[in-house]
Amino acid sequence: MRTAEHPFVFTGCVELRESLDTQALDERELRDRLEEVPAGSIFYHTHGYFLRHRPLTTAWGNDFARWAAVEVRDLALAERLAVVDPFEFRSLEELREELVTILHDHLRRLTTVPRAELGGIFYFQQSHIVQVELGSPARTLAEFREGLATVDASAIYFHMVEARARLGRRSGDFAEWLRTSLGLPALAERVERIDTYMTSLERVRARLLSLVDDALENGAA
Amino acid sequence: MTRLDEYRQVAPPGAVDIILKLAERVRGRRALHVSGGRFGGGAADILRAAVPILNDLGIDTRWEITGGDPGFYSTARALQAALEGSERVLTDEALAHYVEMNRVNAKKLDLHADLVVVHDVPPASLVASRADGRWIWRCHFDLSRAQRRAWSFFRQYVNQYDAAVVSLPDFGRRLAIPQFVVHPSIDPLSEKNRDLPPREVASILTSLRVPQDKPLLLQVGAFTRSQDPLGVVNAYRLVKKHYDVRLVLAGTAADDRESLEVLADLRQAAHHDPDISLLELPPDAHVQINALQRAATIAVQKAVRESFGLSAAEAMWKGKPVVAGVGGGLVQQVIHDVTGYRVQSVEGAAFRIRHLLNTPELIARMGTAGREHVRRGFLITRHLTDYLALLIHLTA
Repeated sequence: MRTAEHPFVFTGCVELRESLDTQALDERELRDRLEEVPAGSIFYHTHGYFLRHRPLTTAWGNDFARWAAVEVRDLALAERLAVVDPFEFRSLEELREELVTILHDHLRRLTTVPRAELGGIFYFQQSHIVQVELGSPARTLAEFREGLATVDASAIYFHMVEARARLGRRSGDFAEWLRTSLGLPALAERVERIDTYMTSLERVRARLLSLVDDALENGAA
Repeated sequence: MTRLDEYRQVAPPGAVDIILKLAERVRGRRALHVSGGRFGGGAADILRAAVPILNDLGIDTRWEITGGDPGFYSTARALQAALEGSERVLTDEALAHYVEMNRVNAKKLDLHADLVVVHDVPPASLVASRADGRWIWRCHFDLSRAQRRAWSFFRQYVNQYDAAVVSLPDFGRRLAIPQFVVHPSIDPLSEKNRDLPPREVASILTSLRVPQDKPLLLQVGAFTRSQDPLGVVNAYRLVKKHYDVRLVLAGTAADDRESLEVLADLRQAAHHDPDISLLELPPDAHVQINALQRAATIAVQKAVRESFGLSAAEAMWKGKPVVAGVGGGLVQQVIHDVTGYRVQSVEGAAFRIRHLLNTPELIARMGTAGREHVRRGFLITRHLTDYLALLIHLTA
């Protein structure tokens, strides 16, 4: 079995939420504030949704779409915002541009600006991620599988989302380690292709485990 | 086995391990919590459970309380009420006395720590005497509707902290310091939430004179207009036309005029209906509340306005669907159509209760979903995780 020179260290994370002094009461305000808020706030309300929302919660894909659907009850806007897959954008600025453009186009077709119902103000927030190393480091694919199966779900988020979207590691940590440390490019490519949007961390974990199991059974490791 | 290990059986998988790993990073640091008292809900509830665990984890954590004369307590109470939006008269002399008493408190207390967390209003002006370390003001109530004059006075102290922590973004105000958001939590192993065998539940209900002969609707909360217990009675009456149910309104009666008026109205409403039970319980009736929530068929929390009460989370932890109003933290606790329903009116509450009574499998499904939602978001383990992350972030 192949043994990596550099072991994989599973890292979980805790999200510390910070409220910004920025709010939106209607869709025009949402568009205007979206242009101004720090990029970290865009990240929190899009990619971060994946960490906070478990299968139980309503799946709107990001906080902006959820707000439009639940608080403003503008389903047309909610649907347009919900299909924005944050993982398709190379930078948070590109993602911001897309969201602002959707809001701008939507507002242009309306004669009045839809407003949130009483108490439904959108509060912009951002997060500080505190990293925590978890479990034993993995040197082989079997050890990696063992760690992956039991590690806290926040580690899936950290290595698949945070690493790619905020830390600039475009392939994600799992694929990168499988490719460069274990020399398994085909498995790395499959891991990289996993759709992390509109799903749950547990489903991503299950998909990862299934790919690793296939590789172990086929003797690729 | 440490105290924290006992939570492994109830917390989400991996949650305790994350806490242990976070604690390793701040082991040996000194933390100090200061509150206005050791009893009652809110800060005291959370600190009673969290402080021993944090010490077990190697974080030197103390909990001090501020003292004072009757004038100090009465001004602190009035100031907090004004910051929560009620009309109160606050004279310059009373406010000066409040500040002076905390100056005396600062001399008596050892305020040296790496992180000092000051809870709510009574100890807040201690920050004027701050020593070393980072200082946080933890606000457990809704500050967003504060009276202007009270806020003008109080803001000068809040801005001397390094950060504030609020329970919801909606509860904050414009500040010159960062505002973090941490939801409150319930302790699943406390008297109020621990598992109770059905026999003990039955025995407690008998002692409270609540028969278990029909479906039970339960609202737990203060007898105030913001909790809308009269609205719950009206919703019950609409339900009663179709279902033979009981209604229990349980809470601690305050001695202010509003509570007395609401109680008088409720007594009158319940007078000719033996299926309505009005239970005025002492503040430490935790096991009684626990038993009532376990015996309930549906929990109702029809607050029209509230801060971040946790009665909904407590009921959900016991596997009950919740028909809730839209105030404060209820929006976070109750996921509409998944763990219960959020309603805007008496009619809405009655409609949802009838729907649930008519669909027993939905009661079970929502109850299970509610317990899982609380497990992830509202247990003390999640709260400890947030607190440790804050400690790491601010004292790095």
